[in-house]
Amino acid sequence: MSAGTDKIAVTVTNVVPVNELVTRFRFARTDGGLMPTFSGGAHTVVEMKDGATMRLNPYSLMSDPADRTAYTISVRRDDQGRGGSLFMHRNVKPGLEMVISNPVNLFPLDLRAKKHLMIAGGIGITPFIAQIKQLAASNGNFELHYSVRTASLASYADELSTAHPTRVHIYHDDKKQVIDLENLLDGQPLGTHLYVCGPKGMIKWVRGTAEGLGWPREAVHDEEFLAPPSGKPFEVKLAVSNKVIQVGEHQSLLEAIEAAGVDAPYLCRGGACGQCETDVIGYDGKFLHNDHWLTEEQHASGKKIMPCVSRFEGKTLVLDR
Amino acid sequence: MPKTAFEPSIKSRPIYGTLEPRPGKSHLMIADAEGAEAILDLAKSTPKGMFDHTHIIYIPKKTGETFTGRLRELNPAQCYVGPSYEAALPRLRRVLNDAHMGLQVYLSGSEGLMGQAMLEATNAGIPHSAIQTEHRGSTARRMQCVHCKGITEDVTTDPFQCAHCGLHLFVRDHYSRRIAAFQGVRVDAEEPGNVPEPVERFK
Ligand code: FES
Repeated sequence: MSAGTDKIAVTVTNVVPVNELVTRFRFARTDGGLMPTFSGGAHTVVEMKDGATMRLNPYSLMSDPADRTAYTISVRRDDQGRGGSLFMHRNVKPGLEMVISNPVNLFPLDLRAKKHLMIAGGIGITPFIAQIKQLAASNGNFELHYSVRTASLASYADELSTAHPTRVHIYHDDKKQVIDLENLLDGQPLGTHLYVCGPKGMIKWVRGTAEGLGWPREAVHDEEFLAPPSGKPFEVKLAVSNKVIQVGEHQSLLEAIEAAGVDAPYLCRGGACGQCETDVIGYDGKFLHNDHWLTEEQHASGKKIMPCVSRFEGKTLVLDR
Repeated sequence: MPKTAFEPSIKSRPIYGTLEPRPGKSHLMIADAEGAEAILDLAKSTPKGMFDHTHIIYIPKKTGETFTGRLRELNPAQCYVGPSYEAALPRLRRVLNDAHMGLQVYLSGSEGLMGQAMLEATNAGIPHSAIQTEHRGSTARRMQCVHCKGITEDVTTDPFQCAHCGLHLFVRDHYSRRIAAFQGVRVDAEEPGNVPEPVERFK
């Protein structure tokens, strides 16, 4: 029922450490066929079977959208996280069979744009790599401004700069290099679209600056994948399927629903797309909302929850699922 | 003159708002006839210095000198007053061509003017939802004959006669953004020659 998320059985064909924190994985179809086409900015959801736990994490596709032989993703190790990225780094080896979803694009290029201005922070570079391959093939006009911590952690900066020396600009935090955003936005020709992918603070900064300079909302696009935060375990009653489930410390509510064999919709698993929106039938306790889909009023209403990233603390929670 | 209230209509019919100042480093205001009043009203609430970065393109039509003096008194960076939209078009295209993101576009006056200027601005890459419009003055329509494709400006009666092929056309609410005109369809297609008396529907 997870709209647009048909599954693909794949085999890991390549695992390449990119730097101290980032590793790249390549997936080809286990049956030897071609992958579905995608457009730059799309992500896939990778299923990780870690013993008894099942995690599903979204990762942006970074391979050439025109190449249907395989998909590649890059995963940044998060030692504080719930373990998805650690699992990828430690347990995923060439030859392993895995399941990934069909690609879904929640961060597409607006191809009506006369110019694409891209701003990336850290691992937020990955969707842009696919978009740049797509644009380069069609002679598209783009410019990338990529902010990294240090040269040694600058994933793919060298490749990008070598391939597109005049279009790619790298900024190193440790050398105190900062994107001169105001000037950069100020001089852009009419018809430019702005894209930002990176940490929350960066997205806020770019959106806020663009708004202050009079950029139309429709010309500014962002993507931030929220990893579902860990938290105290809690119990949930699923009214429609008549089940009581436990949500573990490092499990998301959505994962717990799925683990109970209940089909629930999703697309991004990162609190952004709205697909997993679920009605609350009753509760006694407090919601820990982490999405950026619901409005503040909806958060306060106690009537809705986004189970991909949000949690609950308290006595009872009953969902319409 | 108060803003025009239009009757509820089909989806393709454009809707207009009230101009309000928006943040931006430069501003382009395009108006015809009574549309000048929308700019003058807007000027009551603009932040200080906004007109230092404003370019006004104004086509007075029948209003002649009524508003030109007051527009000039706003001291915009540039103020062009021209005899027709066609005469102003090369200037408009040059301004859009040289403009940067953040330019705010304000359109006011007749539907024909706003529609055509909207088309130029969206072709230049501004999303149409980011362009402000305010209807003032004449409700006359810019019509395209669906048969010969000719455009008849300032249509006030329904039906009307196409200025190009001479057919009698019925005024529809169906609006094409691509050509910035409403559609006129032959009124006597079923029974040639049976043309109802034209009624003045637009002023
Ligand atoms: S799956 Fe996208 S918001 Fe939850």
